[in-house]
Amino acid sequence: MAEKKEIRKAEAEKQEVQTPEGVERMETCRHYIPKTDIFETDNEMVLTIDMPGVAKGNVDVMLEGNILSIHGHVDDNQPEEFGLIYAEYEVGDYERSFTVSDEVDRENIAATVKNGVLTLNLPKASPESKRIAVSD
Amino acid sequence: MLRRNWFGYGNRWPALRSDLERLQEEMSRLYSGAMRTIAPEYPAVNVWANADAAVVTIELPGVATEELDISVVGSTLTVKGKRETNGEDGKYHRRERVSGSFARAIDLPFEVEQEKVDAKLTNGILNITLPRAEADKPRKIKVKAL
Repeated sequence: MAEKKEIRKAEAEKQEVQTPEGVERMETCRHYIPKTDIFETDNEMVLTIDMPGVAKGNVDVMLEGNILSIHGHVDDNQPEEFGLIYAEYEVGDYERSFTVSDEVDRENIAATVKNGVLTLNLPKASPESKRIAVSD
Repeated sequence: MLRRNWFGYGNRWPALRSDLERLQEEMSRLYSGAMRTIAPEYPAVNVWANADAAVVTIELPGVATEELDISVVGSTLTVKGKRETNGEDGKYHRRERVSGSFARAIDLPFEVEQEKVDAKLTNGILNITLPRAEADKPRKIKVKAL
């Protein structure tokens, strides 16, 4: 079913990060909200995040309290000695934050980057460590 | 005389009607053409050029090289492919990444040397370099003084 589906432009369009009114960024480069899939299996949560142009070393993943924040930097590699004659997309960094539930085993979060896609594996904490015995 | 004129006019009616029909067909064709260009413009492309070559860059995160089909005819570049974003069995909380097939034809400003087209996929960005065909390059013309 998915094979036959044709991708439309609107659903794939890049969306820029909005800063609060009156607040500006220090850097001049644009920031986009990367498209993300989140799915859950029995033992982990998996985040797949589209970050075209982001190399392995340019990703920052931070977990502060309950907030998982992701930043991907895109190196400006526009072709030298060429002029841009037609443009449909703009290049910029990516950033996005998610709140993480307490179920996640914070010590064992794994991140991989392949073909411009960041995958975060958040293993669920083993249930027995959470169980609290209620005494009479 | 008069009757003959009437005849002549009468004979023109079918022609006039087919003209109108043709006009209407033309209009609807233009309209449907416009609709078609608005709809499936995926993936977004950027085109760079100088006098000798063009570079087309396309953001295609998560697309493997095997899924891409690139061809060049004359001055038209066609990029086709498939993007699969389906994970393993699990429950989805968010699905924002698009999946499916795509095809895009891009008109370049000049004819391309097909043999020398080079395509690279790095970090989810497809970069296609298309050298201009020798026959299409502008030639300097020497002016002889007589």
